Amino acid sequence: MTDGARTATHSEDVSQDVVTHCPYCALQCGMTLRRTAERVEVLPRQFPTNRGGLCQKGWTAAELLDHPDRLTTPLLRDRPGGQLRPASWPEALDRVVAGIRRIQSAYGRDAVAVFGGGGLTNEKAYALGKFARVALGTRNIDYNGRFCMSSAAAAGMRAFGVDRGLPFPLADLSTADTLLLVGANVAETMPPLVRYLVEQRQRGGTLIVIDPRVTATARQATLHLQPTPGTDLAVANALLHIALAEGLVDKDYVAARTTGFDQVRRVTAGYWPARAERLSGVPVADLEAAARALGTAERAIILTARGAEQHAKGVDTVTAFVNLALALGLPGRPGSGYGCLTGQGNGQGGREHGQKADQLPGYRRIDDPAARAHVAGVWGVDPDALPGPGVSAYELLSALGTDGGPKGLLVFGSNPVVSAPRAGRIEGRLRDLDLLVVADFVRSETAEIADVVLPTAQWAEEDGTMTNLEGRVLRRRALGPPPPGVRTDLALLADLADRLDHVDGSAGQGRSRFPAAPEQVFAELRRASAGGAADYAGITWERIDAEDGVFWPCPDEDGPGMPRLFADGFPTPDGRARFVPVEHRPVAEEVCPDYPVYLTTGRVLTQYQSGAQTRRVEALRRVAPNAFLELHPDLAARLGVADGDEVRVTSRRGEMRAPARLTPTIRPDTVFAPFHWAGAARINSVTSDALDPVSRMPEFKVCAVRVEKAVASAGEGTA
Amino acid sequence: MSTEEMVDGSRNRIVIVGHGMAGARLAAELSARLGDAKITVLGAELHRAYNRIMLSSLLAGKVDESGVELAEAAGHGIDVRPGVQATAVDPARRTVTTGRGDLIGYDHLVLATGGRALVPPLAGLDRERLPDRVAVFRTLDDCRRILTAAAGARRALVLGGGLLGLEAARGLAARGLDVHVVHPVGHLMERQLDPAAGAVLARTLAGLGVTTHLDVAASAVDARPDGLTLTLSDGRELDADLLVLSCGVRPDVELARAAGLTVDRGVVVDDRLRSSDPHISAIGDCAQHAGVVTGLVAPAWEQARVLAQVLAGQDPRARYRPQPAVTRLKAAGIDLAAMGDAAAGPAPDVEELSFSDPVRGTYARLRIVGERLTGAIMLGDNPAVGTVIQLFDRGTPVPIDRRTLLLGRSRDTASAAPVESPALMPDAATVCQCNTVRKGALVRCWRAGARSMDDVVAATRATTGCGSCRDAVEGILGWLSSIDTPDPVEAEVAA
Repeated sequence: MTDGARTATHSEDVSQDVVTHCPYCALQCGMTLRRTAERVEVLPRQFPTNRGGLCQKGWTAAELLDHPDRLTTPLLRDRPGGQLRPASWPEALDRVVAGIRRIQSAYGRDAVAVFGGGGLTNEKAYALGKFARVALGTRNIDYNGRFCMSSAAAAGMRAFGVDRGLPFPLADLSTADTLLLVGANVAETMPPLVRYLVEQRQRGGTLIVIDPRVTATARQATLHLQPTPGTDLAVANALLHIALAEGLVDKDYVAARTTGFDQVRRVTAGYWPARAERLSGVPVADLEAAARALGTAERAIILTARGAEQHAKGVDTVTAFVNLALALGLPGRPGSGYGCLTGQGNGQGGREHGQKADQLPGYRRIDDPAARAHVAGVWGVDPDALPGPGVSAYELLSALGTDGGPKGLLVFGSNPVVSAPRAGRIEGRLRDLDLLVVADFVRSETAEIADVVLPTAQWAEEDGTMTNLEGRVLRRRALGPPPPGVRTDLALLADLADRLDHVDGSAGQGRSRFPAAPEQVFAELRRASAGGAADYAGITWERIDAEDGVFWPCPDEDGPGMPRLFADGFPTPDGRARFVPVEHRPVAEEVCPDYPVYLTTGRVLTQYQSGAQTRRVEALRRVAPNAFLELHPDLAARLGVADGDEVRVTSRRGEMRAPARLTPTIRPDTVFAPFHWAGAARINSVTSDALDPVSRMPEFKVCAVRVEKAVASAGEGTA
Repeated sequence: MSTEEMVDGSRNRIVIVGHGMAGARLAAELSARLGDAKITVLGAELHRAYNRIMLSSLLAGKVDESGVELAEAAGHGIDVRPGVQATAVDPARRTVTTGRGDLIGYDHLVLATGGRALVPPLAGLDRERLPDRVAVFRTLDDCRRILTAAAGARRALVLGGGLLGLEAARGLAARGLDVHVVHPVGHLMERQLDPAAGAVLARTLAGLGVTTHLDVAASAVDARPDGLTLTLSDGRELDADLLVLSCGVRPDVELARAAGLTVDRGVVVDDRLRSSDPHISAIGDCAQHAGVVTGLVAPAWEQARVLAQVLAGQDPRARYRPQPAVTRLKAAGIDLAAMGDAAAGPAPDVEELSFSDPVRGTYARLRIVGERLTGAIMLGDNPAVGTVIQLFDRGTPVPIDRRTLLLGRSRDTASAAPVESPALMPDAATVCQCNTVRKGALVRCWRAGARSMDDVVAATRATTGCGSCRDAVEGILGWLSSIDTPDPVEAEVAA
C-alpha cells in the first residue's frame, strides 16, 4: 500500500477541505483536514468547544493516517506462541466465525464476549451492542468507559435521573463567579478548555482546584486544596457542612426542587471541618474559603473528573459534590450547575447506546421490559431473545479464560493490556482465551497477543457522529475511504453478522439487519433511542451541520435540542433531584510499613489513553518519550533517589520501572505515574482492582506502593 | 415490664445504653454490618442523635437545633428509645432495667453513657439544683438553658478556660455578649498550650470580645432573679447576667459500678473494648482504655468502629489502637490546633521550631524527635496546619526544609512562574506548554522572517492550545523587535 495508490483511489477529495473534529478527547475540537500533495494537514477551526485552539495531539493527529505501523491486512496467529502472519479477509473472518461457533457450541452463547471503547462513534457503539445481543446472543459486553465515566454516570443518574456529562454548554464556565474543579487536570488533558478558565478569571471569577498534585491546572487556581488521595468525599461533605453552618444553603430551592435533604443534612453534620481536615490534610481555613466562594457566588459551577471518580467510592464521592451543588441550588440555575468532564472522545455517546453490560440504546436499562420490547422491535427480534445484563468491564476481563468465564473475546477501540487495572492479571486472562480478536489500526499491545487482528479505518476515513462532553452530537467526516485492505468497524460487524447468520442457518434477514453505512446505522439508532433518556430521534446529520451540533435529548425533528437541562425540572418520577446521603470510607488499600506510599495515576498532555496512537507520533514522542515516576524531593532523598534515576514501584499486584522525576508539586506521601506506557513501564501492573460497589469503577487513583531505586542488574527482565 | 423482650429467641440482642456521639455511631456502624441483629438504644436525653461538637455553633446562633442533628441508624431490628434511662444492669441475668420499669434482655450490652459536667463547689451554689442563670455546657438541654438565660443578657461569665469553656465563650461573644472567662491557672488551655501560646490566644479572644481573668479561682456565686455576682478568690466581684460552668467532665460510671464492673476513672476496657464482664463493653467518654479516658469524639468513633467489627465477628483481629489526640478550636477569628507534647519544656534531643507574631495572633511551636513530629501548637494563620496534623497523626517524616511546616510551601509551587524578562529566559525554556514551543523556536522563527503574531503562531503553533501563553509570546516578539541582532541565537540556529 503506498500513499500514491491511496490518493489515486479518491482523487475527488484532493482539493477539498473536510470539516470534522479531533479524534482524541471529549472536547472534540473542531478541525479542518486538508489533503495536499504530500500529506494531510490539520487546521484548527472555530467551534464552540475549542474556539480555534488545538493541542499537540490534535495538530499531529493526521500523522497516523499513513504511519508505517498502520495495519492494512488482517493478521492471524496459527498456534499459541506462534507469530502473527498476514492473512486475507476471508481467511481471517472464517477463523473468527469458526472460533465463535466452536466456543458457543461448547460453552454456550455467553462464552463469547465483546469489549468496546469510548472512542467509537455512536454508530459503532450502537452496532457493537446490537451485534453482541443479536448476532452473538451474548450478555457479555462492556467497554473501557467503565474505567472512565461510570462513577459520574451512576451518581448523575441517581441524583438527576439522567447522565449527561455537562448539562450546560461549555461556554457557561467562563461566566461562573466561582468554578470548582475536582480531580480535573484540564490544562494537560483538554488544553483548549483552559481558554474558558482564563476568561473566567479575567472576569474576576474564583477558580478552586482540588487535586493531590499542584498540576498545571492547579497552578492557575485562586485556591488549591491538596488532599490526601481518596479523601475528596470528606472534603465535599465538609464543604456542605460549612455551607449549612454559615447559612449558604438555598432553602427555597431545596424545598421546591429536591427530596432527601434532611438525611443528607444529618449525615453532613458528622463532617465538621476539623474532622475533614484530619482526614484530608486540607486546612479548615481553606475549606471555609472554598465553601464561602461557592455559597456566595451568583453563578457557581462544580465539575468532577477522573481524580474524584476513579475510586472504589467514586459514585459516593461524586454524589457528595452533587449534594453540595443541590444544596447551593446550582443545577438548573442559569450559568450554574454540576457537571462531569467526560474523558474519551465519545465517552458520552459511548455510554448511551448499548455497549454497556446493563444497557440498551437511548440510555435504557436492559432489565426494563418496556425498553427490551422497544429495542427488540427496532431490531426485528423477539424481546425474549435478548440476553440480560452482563458483568462490568473488570469483572468481564478478569473472568476471561476461567472456568465458566468467556473463552472468546472481540475487542474494538480499546487496549486493555495497557489500560485495565491490575493489568498483569488481565493480560494473563487475555492470553488464556481460546480466541482473542482485536480490531485496530495499529498493533496495539492487545493486538500483539491476539489470535486474529482485523485492520480498521481511522477517524478521517469514516463518517459518523460523536457526542462530546456537553452532550452535543457532532459530525465526524471522512476525508476519504480507508486504504485498500482496511475496513470500517461497521462493515466488519456487518460482514461478521452475516457470516454468523449463515452459520446459524437463519439467513434471510442477513446483512440488512446490520447495515454497514453509517447514515443507515444512525437512522436506526435514532429509532432505537426514541423515548429513552438519551433521545436522538430528532437529530439528523443535516441538523448537526446547520446548528453546530445538536444537544440531546432531541425527540423531535422539528423541536430544539437541549443545551441546558433541568431549568424546569429533573427527569425523575417526581421531577425533583434526589439527595443521597454518603459517608467517607478509607481507600481500599491503605499505606502500611511494606507499602508506605500512595500511588496515583493520570495523564500527560502529549499522550492519549493507552498511548497506542500517540506513542507512534514522532512529535509527541519527542516531548514525552517515556513513562516516569513523579515524587517529592523529600521522599526521593529518603530513598536515595536522584532525578532521572531508574526506580521500581511495587504493589501487592505487580511492579513498574521508570525514571524518577523529582518535583515539589506532589505531596511527599504520594507518587504519580502516567498510564500511557506498556511493558515494564506499565503503571497499571501496579494499580488496584478494588471496584466501586455501584459503578464497578476500579480504584485507579490510589493504592499503596513501595518505591525503590532500581538496581541495575544484567538479565533481569520484567514480563 | 415487657415480657416480649424477655422471650425473644434471637441470640444476637445488643443493647446500647447511651445515644450520644458514641452510642449513636455504634448503632449506625452495627446496623451497616449486622442485618439480623436486634439493636436497642436507650438514650437518656429526649432528642434525636446530635453532634455535641456543634453545640458551640448553636450557642453562637450559626445553626438551629435541626442543624446539629446526626443521622441515626434506622431500619429493621433497630429500636431507638429517646428519653429512656437505664437504671440498672444485672450481668448474671443479662438484663437492663429502664426508668420506665421495662426489663430488657441482652446478649451483649454496650455502655456509652458518656460523662457529666462537673459542678465546682462554690459558696452559694446548690450543685443539685442550679439556678436559672447558672448552667453547665455539655448537652443540648444545657445549651437551651444557656440560650434562655442569654436572651436579653449583656454580660456572661465563663468559669474555666479550657477548650469547652472557650468554645462557650466565643459562642456567646458571637451573640454580642460581653464575655469574661475566669480561669484558675496562669494561662488558657494549659493542658494543650504553653504560656506563650496561651497569651497569644488571650489576646486573640480579647479582639473577639472575650476578657480573660487568669490565675484566679472563683469562690462564691450569688444568683438573683435580676442577675448574679461571682466572687473571686482575690476578692474581686464580677457581675453578670449569666454564668457558664466549664470545669471538666467526669465519666458517668454509676451503672457500671453498681453492676460490679471494674471501674477506675472510667469503665476499664481492653483492646476489644470489653469490660471485666465479657458480655459488656464500653466506649466513648465513659470508657477507660490503657489508663486513658479521652473525652473526644475522634477516639469515641474509632472505638465504635472497632467494637462494631468485634460484635459483627467480621475481623477477629480488630483491636482499638488509640491515636494521639488533636485539639482543634476553629471559629470565626480563632484557628487553634494543639497536639502531642508541644506544651512541654525544651529537652535534649528535641528539635524545636517556633514562630511568633502576637500582634497578628499567629503562633507556632513544633517539636520533632528523629524526623517525627511529637507535638505542635499552631495558632492563627498557619497555612500548613492540615499537613502538620497529618504528619502528627500518621507519624510520617517531617519535610527536610522545616520552613514548610511554618510557612506552607516554601518552594515556588503555588503559582505559575512569573513571566521572565525575555532576554534572561533560556532558549530551552518552554513558553507554550500545550504545543511544546520553546523560546529558541520563537527566536528562530523571528530570524526566519516572521514578524507578526499571526506569522509566529502559524509557524510554531504557540498559543493555539489553552492560549494562556499569549502574553509571554507577545513579550518575546516585543523584545525581538526592540533589539537589532540577537547574536546569542545565531550560534544556536547554526548548530
